[in-house]
Formats: sequence, structure tokens, C-alpha cells
Amino acid sequence: MELVINGDKIDVPDTVETVDNLIQHFGLSEKVVIVEQNQIIVEKGSHQETKLCNGDKIELVHFVGGG
Amino acid sequence: MSERYSRQELFTPIGVEGQQKIRNKHVLMIGAGALGTGNAEVLVRAGVGKITIVDRDYVEWSNLQRQQLYTEEDAKQRIPKAVAAKERLQHINSDVEIESLVMDVSVEEMDELAKNVNVIVDATDNFDIRMIINDISQKYRIPWIYGACVGSYGISYTIIPGETPCLNCLLETVPMNGVTCDTVGIIGPAVQMVVSYQTTEALKILVEDYDALRKKLVSFDLWQNQHTAINVQNVKKETCLSCGSDRSYPFLSYSNQTKTAVLCGRDTVQIRPPENIDRNLDSLAKVLSGKNGKISQNPYLLSFSVEPHRLVIFKDGRVLIHGTKDIAEAKTLYHRYLG
Ligand SMILES: [Zn+2]
Repeated sequence: MELVINGDKIDVPDTVETVDNLIQHFGLSEKVVIVEQNQIIVEKGSHQETKLCNGDKIELVHFVGGG
Repeated sequence: MSERYSRQELFTPIGVEGQQKIRNKHVLMIGAGALGTGNAEVLVRAGVGKITIVDRDYVEWSNLQRQQLYTEEDAKQRIPKAVAAKERLQHINSDVEIESLVMDVSVEEMDELAKNVNVIVDATDNFDIRMIINDISQKYRIPWIYGACVGSYGISYTIIPGETPCLNCLLETVPMNGVTCDTVGIIGPAVQMVVSYQTTEALKILVEDYDALRKKLVSFDLWQNQHTAINVQNVKKETCLSCGSDRSYPFLSYSNQTKTAVLCGRDTVQIRPPENIDRNLDSLAKVLSGKNGKISQNPYLLSFSVEPHRLVIFKDGRVLIHGTKDIAEAKTLYHRYLG
């Protein structure tokens, strides 16, 4: 499946079906992540059941602590 | 002297009137590391009326790569960051009132510091203190500007009480220590980018141009050539305990918080006495000179090395134990040498 993630076209493997899968795919499952799918924020409680579709525009922002 | 801010006054959204506003404002900077020094320099050059800079640490060699106000001499002498920052900033702009405080900020301190402040700039390195800043911001209705960076990645968000979601709305859960403990390094440009985002928002707040605020959560990765901005307005929660209608400011209620903290990525534990004390470093030096260790001292702190550890004792009573991440071990060393 091809997604547009943070502005870049990215091919993700077929195993990535949900928002939660995507977060894991990018190694961000330990982080607090804000996810926007086609300009709508996906609530944290819905990451597991929210399916991704080919061509989805995804924005991923994760929180970090350093400064 | 009237030339000093001419370029900023020529910039229409600020103008002469905005410059006057900047002149009458007070910024609170929590932290004087990479983000703190960057933010402070921009705002001091911009002619802010007063800036209060608070930091608990001292300058080390590993800071010089990105903490722009510090010199080799500061690292050699282990000058507290707040002191070294003030020294440099006052040379940059003698018109600005600069208050520097060498201390650890927790609930009580934050409550005191927030008085008569127009904006709080987050230059901290952990979420414990950010959640306290967030609650104080809501309690006193003071805007604050979150900023953080690691590697080539950075993130920032401006929280306006009564308008935007707060950090508690955004995070829902406080990131666990360790998870936020960033040990993958950092490059200077990532710092500077976050500083640019934070200081621009700060200037908008200082000149009261609220319409111009970014309003989005922004993040970037300079090495990966990525940039993202998300509208998070809908994340504001009516039930939020920090900013909702039935708020309790949960992060202000632990006034007897842990007095020990592991400093992320530093192999260091901080131990803070329950009450601040004014420690006499000279007499402590005499006591410690009878023990098997190396002592060095400046007016602000005393460093005592007993391989493989080093204890750094501040005048306010805090002690940094370098060479361990183990709180129990740190406490043992603390009590062995300091009673
Ligand atoms: Zn909130």
C-alpha cells in the first residue's frame, strides 16, 4: 500500500493495515504520537481499529522530551 | 541607542508600538540548556523588558557544541548555567533586566516564578516539569510554548489558556521516564529550528498579535527533510483535568514530590533536600578534605570526585551524583559523604 506520510509517498508492507500497525512500523509505539488521517485526527483510543487505505494522507507527530 | 531595534521596528507586524510592548514584558525561561540559551539570546537581543532564567545544572564540555551562550572557560570552571547565561546576555544587551536563578524547579518554585510573567518558554528536558508548567499556565492563564528536540527532530506547540488544547489534552498520558530519555544525540540546527519556532511565537505573544500565532502542532526532521504541521484544536477536551471545566490541576498536587531524579542520558542522579538550605561550601570542603577524594570548588558549587563517582554540591543544597543511574546507590553516596 502506498501512503503519503508527512508529505512523502511511502510504500508500506501489507502487514500494515491500521494506524496502530503504522506507528509500530515506524518504531514509535513507545512514544506519544498524534496521527492525522486525511486531515482528521485519529483519537488515541481508535488507533487499533482505524484502517488505512491506499493513498491516505497521514501526518505523524511524536513527542520528544529533550531540549 | 534608538538605532538598536530599528530593523525590528521596520518589520510591520512589530513596528515602534510593538517594540514598546516587547520592552514592557517579562519572559520566564525554564531551563538554560540548548533551547534555553538559544531562546534567551534571541529575546534579549530583541529587547524584552525582563527575562528570568532558571536552571539547576552547570556547564560541561558536552554542552558547548550547541548551547550557544557558553564558553570553554564556563565548562572548565563548571559555572552554573543560569550564572554563565546571565553574564553573556548582559554583555549582549545591558538594557534588559536579567534574573538568573540556580535552582531545581518543582511545583512551589513554579508557582512563585509565574507571578507577573507574560509568557513561559519551555526549555526543559523532561515531561515531569512540563506538566507542572502546563498546570501553572492554566491556573494563572499564562501562555507557554512547548519545544523539544532530539537527533535532527524537533517539535513545538503554543498553548494559550482558554483557546488551545493544553499539553495534558495532547498527551493524555505523561510519557514515561526512559521513553523520553533521549540518548541518540542532537545536532545544533535542530535546536535552532525549535528556537526559531518558539521565539517567533513568543514575539507574537509579546506584541499581542494573537491572530498571527501558528495554532498548529509543528514537527520536523531536518536530516530526513520532513516537515509536518497538524491542526490539533479538536483535541481540546472539556474533561481535561488541567484545562477543562472541572479542573483539578493534578500536576500541582504532589507538593511532596520525589526529591530524587535520574537525569536523562547523563548517568547522573539529582538529590534534592526536602527544604532548600544555604550550604556553606567552604566548611564542607574542609570536612571532605579529610576523606579520600579530589575537591574542586567555585563560588556556586563544590565538586568532589571519588572514582568512579563525582558528587557536585550546590549552595542551595542539591547534589548531583555523577556516575550512576541507580537512585539507591546515589543515596548511599549522598549520606556517606554529606551525612
Ligand atoms: Zn487540557
